[in-house]
Amino acid sequence: MTSSVQSLVEQMLTGSRRALARLISHIENEAPEATEALALLYARTGQAVTIGVTGAPGTGKSCLVTELARFYRQQEKTVGIVAVDPTSPFTGGAVLGDRFRMRDLAGDSGVFIRSMATRGQLGGLARTTFDAMRVLDAAGFDYVIVETVGAGQNEVEIAKVADTTILVEAPGMGDDIQAIKAGILEIADVIAVNKADRPGVQNTVRALKAMLELGHRKRAVSHHGQMMMQDDGGGTIVDDFWMVPVVQTIATQSEGIADLAQAITDHQSYLHESGTQVERDRVRLKNELMQRLQSALLSDLLQKTSAETLNGVLEQLVVRELDPASAVQKLVSV
Amino acid sequence: MSQRKIRVLIAKPGLDGHDRGAKVIARTLRDAGMEVIYTGLRQTPEMIVEAALQEDVDVIGLSILSGAHMALAPRIIELLHEHDLDDVKVIIGGIIPDSDIEPLKEIGISGVFGPGSSTEKIVEFINEVVTV
Repeated sequence: MTSSVQSLVEQMLTGSRRALARLISHIENEAPEATEALALLYARTGQAVTIGVTGAPGTGKSCLVTELARFYRQQEKTVGIVAVDPTSPFTGGAVLGDRFRMRDLAGDSGVFIRSMATRGQLGGLARTTFDAMRVLDAAGFDYVIVETVGAGQNEVEIAKVADTTILVEAPGMGDDIQAIKAGILEIADVIAVNKADRPGVQNTVRALKAMLELGHRKRAVSHHGQMMMQDDGGGTIVDDFWMVPVVQTIATQSEGIADLAQAITDHQSYLHESGTQVERDRVRLKNELMQRLQSALLSDLLQKTSAETLNGVLEQLVVRELDPASAVQKLVSV
Repeated sequence: MSQRKIRVLIAKPGLDGHDRGAKVIARTLRDAGMEVIYTGLRQTPEMIVEAALQEDVDVIGLSILSGAHMALAPRIIELLHEHDLDDVKVIIGGIIPDSDIEPLKEIGISGVFGPGSSTEKIVEFINEVVTV
C-alpha cells in the first residue's frame, strides 16, 4: 500500500491528473491512504492563493467562479476548483451540479474541477474539503477556489479554510435588517453583488455598505475620497485595517470580474503586509491540531477503557448515582 | 471512518436537447445513495472523459436520443482507454434500436437501457458492476 500511495503522489507531482483525482478520492473516502499522502504532500502546501466563494443558492456562485477562473487563465495562472453540494440526509446520495455551470472551462488543462458532496457535514463544506484543497495546492495550482453549498446565514466554515472569502449577494434578497444580522456577512473579506443588472442593486449595495461601516470597531468614514478612522482622538488615516469592498458583477456577461479580481489581490496584499496571513495560518493550524488531538485522545482512551467499565459508568448515570461530569473525571483518571 | 460512495457522471453527448431522461436518472441514482455529477447537455466525448477523470467516477451514464450513439459511444470508449480509464463502466440510455445493443456491448459498453427500462433495474445494475 505504501508504495502505491508514494507512486500516486509522484505521478501527481509530475502532472498526472488521474493521480490527482485518485488522491482526492482517497481523501474524500477518509481512506488510510489519505493520511499517508497528506504526510508526503504537507511540506508543499501553503503556496496557492485560496479563495472561498459562498452565498445563498441562486446568487450565481458557480458562474462567478467560472469567470474568475477564466480571468486567472488569461493571466496564465492555473486554477484548481472544489465545488461542494449537499448530500441528502435521507439517502446519502447527492446531485453535484456545479460542474454543469462551469462548462466554459472544459478542455483547459490549466484548470482542474472536483465536485464534492458534504457527506453529512454541516457548515457549507465537506469534512475533507480542506485536505482536498491541500492536494490541489501541493499539485502546484496558483489559485485554489472553493465554492460552498448554497449557504444560509450560518454556513461560515469557509472562512476557516480560505485566505480570502467572497460573499456573493444578489439584489432583492433582503432588507437592511438582514444586513446587520450576525453570521455569514461577518466572514466576508469581499462582497460581490452579482446580477447587478437587476433592479434594486443600488439599495442592496447601500445597505451592505452601511452595515460594513458600522461593523468596524472604530468608525470608518469616507472623507475627501479617502477612508478615515474616527476614534477618540479625532480623525486619523489608518492603513492597517481592511475595509470590505462591495463589488458589482454580472457574471453571465463577464462584467465586473476584473474589479472582483482586483479586490481579491488587494485583500491578499493586506493579509501579507499586515501579518494577518501568518496569524490566520497559525490559528487555522492550531484549530486543526486541537481537533485531531481530541479525536486521537478519544480513540486512545476508548481503546484503553473496557466496554464493561463504560457500561458500568453509563448504568450509574442512568440510575442517577453519578452525574455526567463526574463520570468523565472517573473515566479519564482510570 | 472510511466511507466509499459510488460516483456516477451523467452526461448528454451530441446535439439533441432532451435532458429530462438524464435528470430523472440523476435523481434516481441520488435517491439510491450515489453521488451524481450532472454535466448536462451538448457534451463532446472529450469533455465527458476529462470530467470522468477529474471526478474519478465509477460509472458514466450517457443519454442519447439523437441516433448518434454508434458514433459517440466508440469515441468515448477509445478516449477512456487512452486515459487509462478502462475500469470506468459506461452505460447508455435513450433511443437505441435493439439491433445496436450487441455491437455496443462488443465495443465495451456495460449496459444499454432503452425506453421503458425501470429505474430500479438501472440502480441494481450499477450496484452489481461497481465493486466498492
